Amino acid sequence: MTQLRADAAPAVAPSSRAARKRRTPKVPYNRREALTGYLFISPWIVGFLVFTAGAMVYSLVISFSHYNLATNTARPAGLDNYAQLFSDPRVATSLANTLFYAVLAVPLEILVALGLASLLNQAGRGAGFFRTVYYLPKMTPAVATAAVFFLLLNGNSGAINQFLRIFGIEGPQWLVDPAWIKPSIVLMTLWGVSGTMVIFLAALKNVPRELYEVAELDGAGVWQRFRNITLPMISSAIFFNVIVLSIAAFQVFDQAYLLFWRDQSNASPEASLFYAIYLFQQAFRQFNFGFAAAMAWLLFIIIMIITAIQMKFGNRFVYYEGGKD
Amino acid sequence: MASTGTASTPVRQVPGLPEDATGQGDRPIDPNRPPLDENRPGGRTGRRVRRGLVLTALVVISLVFLYPFAWLLAASLKGRGQVFDNSLWPTEFHWDNYLRVFDELPLGSWMVNSVGIAVLAAVSVAVSSSLVAWGFAHFRFPLRGFLFGLVLATMMLPGAVTMIPIYLIWKELGFLGTWVPLFGANLFGSAFYIFLQRQFYLGLPRELFEAARIDGANQWRTYWRIVFPLSLPSFIIVLLFEFQASWNNLQAALIYLNAGSPEEFTAPLGIAYAMTKYSPTAGGQGDYQYVMVASLLVTLPMLALFAFGQRYFIEGVATQGRKG
Repeated sequence: MTQLRADAAPAVAPSSRAARKRRTPKVPYNRREALTGYLFISPWIVGFLVFTAGAMVYSLVISFSHYNLATNTARPAGLDNYAQLFSDPRVATSLANTLFYAVLAVPLEILVALGLASLLNQAGRGAGFFRTVYYLPKMTPAVATAAVFFLLLNGNSGAINQFLRIFGIEGPQWLVDPAWIKPSIVLMTLWGVSGTMVIFLAALKNVPRELYEVAELDGAGVWQRFRNITLPMISSAIFFNVIVLSIAAFQVFDQAYLLFWRDQSNASPEASLFYAIYLFQQAFRQFNFGFAAAMAWLLFIIIMIITAIQMKFGNRFVYYEGGKD
Repeated sequence: MASTGTASTPVRQVPGLPEDATGQGDRPIDPNRPPLDENRPGGRTGRRVRRGLVLTALVVISLVFLYPFAWLLAASLKGRGQVFDNSLWPTEFHWDNYLRVFDELPLGSWMVNSVGIAVLAAVSVAVSSSLVAWGFAHFRFPLRGFLFGLVLATMMLPGAVTMIPIYLIWKELGFLGTWVPLFGANLFGSAFYIFLQRQFYLGLPRELFEAARIDGANQWRTYWRIVFPLSLPSFIIVLLFEFQASWNNLQAALIYLNAGSPEEFTAPLGIAYAMTKYSPTAGGQGDYQYVMVASLLVTLPMLALFAFGQRYFIEGVATQGRKG
């Protein structure tokens, strides 16, 4: 068998002429090796065909039909379900709520996580201890967080408003006032921001110390050093976190469900109706599979568009050490 | 000092950084520069003051992060009337809450269900992802680059798109109301874990496996006898991550187990149920201390997991960032 650094050059479709030119010298695949490789990745291939590709096609078909769960039959609906996306006002409401939440949550998560990571990065020997403490909320199941914050955020007797009263501030009715429902959920999200923080911390540790020393000798202040060294050096981590957090924000479900949509009463405030909540209700409370599938595809398209925009803008400010590849 | 380490790194490309910041060392020292006295921001005293400020901030923030845990612990020991009083020291310690909760709620069953599902989910995804990752890392085959691109692309897909078809698949197979839908898809690997384990395998010296092959070991044996034991660290990361993800998974339990009796719930679904049952604002019975005890008992296994595998968790999350 030919010795080959297979990991150095990723194999590409032989049909691509440009790729074939790049792979020099061209070595034919060893048939037995290729078969063994396919055998090892076969679980993923089966899973992909059934649970991803197959399910996507199925989902698309369902979105163009009226699905009857009792008889497992679908009759064609044409564009009905997609038209309903525009005629149902709650789709627009839930979309607006979700967008509002994302715009509020993502920047705050980035700022808080970056702030915490910067502090930890300067903590010296105690950093490990504090990192552990900050990570604990991330380990707490969402149900426990919701059960606790349900009481902490109580407008009258909650600990948070009690604390604010010390300073003479009358806190809002967090979970009742429609204007404060999304900030409440952001607050819970921020309590568990440490995953993002750890990614920033790893990025900060990779910034060469010499850069700071040189800048300091040249008289650069704290802000200048942050702006001109730290920010460019960790820009790819910021970029990554913004994309991941945005995708997550568009699918926010657990906290809103636990605090507002647990019981099926109609008393839940519309301000807490997030897109994923409404989709879940349509799918598994009303069993409107056709409409829910159309909602899912709309969500997919929105996420793709937002990610594409972020990629376009992100590439402009992300600094890649050693040039772009 | 600056001229040594930085010369080789492409510092000049940092946007916004003055050109001379590369510190080539041959630049004359600015005569107007203030002398390096002890009190300037970077000096010894300044540094000590700054250190103190940083430490104070870290401690204050710790208290903010820890307060909900202290509050939860205190509330879990309070009587029915005191749960809402916010004091961190119960006036009366109701230790019996921890026994009575098991009569009030089928918490034992929830824990058993959650542990069972989480173990199955974690083991199946770790083993399958490891096999797939090894396939991508070690063997050359047509379309490998394309297929691995597909693996990464699936990470972008929102779960909502495939949620309904997957439900129909499990329904058709007669698995509604069982544990299968909560771990079954894990038998086929998961994109992020495949990525993570492949990274690990690419770091192993290739000669090791070539030697094994010459010795006549077949690929399957090479995998189990050499690759698998060597990759234990990345295997543990996957196990821990998936155990936590499964333990927290509320939505899948809502979809597949909510129609059954409360004994069949998982821990997250159970606590959601308990919140409705006891929440005074939702017209419940008001014994919210049982929700608190259950919340605490559901959190403890996760804290234990973290105590055992902290470095794996941190490394796993940091790897996530390196993907970008």
